[in-house]
Amino acid sequence: MYGNLVIRPEDIENWGKKVHEEDPEKLAEFEARIERGEKIEPQDWMPFEYRRQLIRLIEQHAHSEIIGALPEGTWITRAPTFRRKLALMAKVQDEVGHAQLLYSAAETLGKPREAMINDLLSGKSKYSNVFNYPAKTWADTAIIAWLVDAGAIINQTTNSKGSYGPYVRALERICWEESFHLKYGYDSVVYLATGTPKQRALLQDALNRWWRPIMHFFGPPDNLSVHTEKLVKWKVKLATNDEMRQQFLDMYVPKIWELGLTIPDPNLRKNPETGRWEYSDPNWDEFWQVINGNGPCNKERIAVRRFAEEKGRWVRRALLESQARYVTPLA
Amino acid sequence: MIERLETLVLSLADDELIIGHRHAEWIGLGPILEEDIAFASIAQDETGHAQAYYQILTDLGLRTPDEYAFQRKASEFRCAHLVELPNFDYDYALALMRHYLYDAAEQIKLQALREGSYDPLAGLADRLLREEKYHWLHATTWIKRLAYSTEEAYLRLKSAIDQLWPYAWMLFEPLPEEAEIVEAGWIPPSSVLRERWLELIQPTLISANLFPPPPASETLLPLQGARKGLRSPYFDELLQEMTEVSSSEPGAEW
Repeated sequence: MYGNLVIRPEDIENWGKKVHEEDPEKLAEFEARIERGEKIEPQDWMPFEYRRQLIRLIEQHAHSEIIGALPEGTWITRAPTFRRKLALMAKVQDEVGHAQLLYSAAETLGKPREAMINDLLSGKSKYSNVFNYPAKTWADTAIIAWLVDAGAIINQTTNSKGSYGPYVRALERICWEESFHLKYGYDSVVYLATGTPKQRALLQDALNRWWRPIMHFFGPPDNLSVHTEKLVKWKVKLATNDEMRQQFLDMYVPKIWELGLTIPDPNLRKNPETGRWEYSDPNWDEFWQVINGNGPCNKERIAVRRFAEEKGRWVRRALLESQARYVTPLA
Repeated sequence: MIERLETLVLSLADDELIIGHRHAEWIGLGPILEEDIAFASIAQDETGHAQAYYQILTDLGLRTPDEYAFQRKASEFRCAHLVELPNFDYDYALALMRHYLYDAAEQIKLQALREGSYDPLAGLADRLLREEKYHWLHATTWIKRLAYSTEEAYLRLKSAIDQLWPYAWMLFEPLPEEAEIVEAGWIPPSSVLRERWLELIQPTLISANLFPPPPASETLLPLQGARKGLRSPYFDELLQEMTEVSSSEPGAEW
């Protein structure tokens, strides 16, 4: 699962300057390759900013996968049937596997996994906002597996048309696995939607709480986003936030309505003239609040990762010092 | 006959279900990413194995796998106390050592069941051994790697096995009416299985200086009766969690 790359105004300081410092001939050749649809590989020349932005993008994506495993992971031991339990285990395992793939892809750009994890723990590196909301009930896991993963698929399928070879290849495999998560999520949602009144209420409540984070999922609207022409030209960013959000609404709003659920936005409608979805302001202040660490679960999520990091330190040290071949004293 | 078969199958199935539950708790908390994935994968296998064991009973007209897992009272479970132990403070040495001791026992039991006279069980054992091979490889690789690394790693493993040893020993507590079960040719006596288990783990543990003497009988006393339905103090909480959703709306489909 994945949230869109968030580019804050402070992230692009010195942005233009760095680009102009590059060797113009090499830069032109690099851009021509991308224009021709070629993939850039780790050993190829690339501009400093391309490398930096890709590391940020892939790293955020990888972090989102491991943090994303937490809200759903806690429901494995509570899943109501064998069928759901086994599917949820497989799904969460996939997500952690995606993190492993993505950290490896980012490492090809020169940043070690340990450094990325440290930046996650210190708060320097971000992950998708959507995982800073709690999964309060079983119905939340169904909504996450269906709609959050649906958003992730749109985002990742878009990114898989990008220019960096190792990332693109990781994404192709990830999208394939995510498509099963979507089926699992939809199946779980259908059972709740066609279940008892209590199950339906549980599902509606989950949708009510998750709708806003899902609207935030693709990032701030284009008119509030910082300029990303260079990223578009370099095929790091392939669609705008609004384009992806519109695609999501087009694909999933009818399906949600079909199940008899109510989307908690009275202004949500497709404008027949423009062909575009209109909706209430999903409170972008809240979005920035959550990004800056003030969401309902930010502290808890990082605390769990930090706990795991600390509890496992002796294991990692033992792996690094495996030549020590410690032999216990005989007496 | 069917009651005795249920006794045997539930002892196997419940062990798998509950160890799967405990292993799954490691997702997101492993010492390295690869161990999150490994424990998730092993948990998934064990849970699937539990379902397959229950299905043998379902095929005889007894309860369904979901009924066995989600609709029984605590006293109806037949698992060993080893699998019920919580992950406490997420000490990886404890989790790894439990995984090692448990999967060694599973190797032995499955190999015996494969030769047993009850075809559905023998056939299933043959299938499960193909997956269990990788659990065993995972457990032994890690034990060997850590036991010979740092002093801290060794001491943690030592403390883990000292704590777990009586519990692991009781994986082989005789089943109720075991004489009849053995007579039917389904599985050899527990005492024989325990000997085979010790033979399997002894070489690795002795050379790593991790092999404890047989547990004192007073440490085993409080662990008795697991196969008759006496649960450890940790079980009620686990069962409550496992059935939290399914019991919230009885009769509903999920």
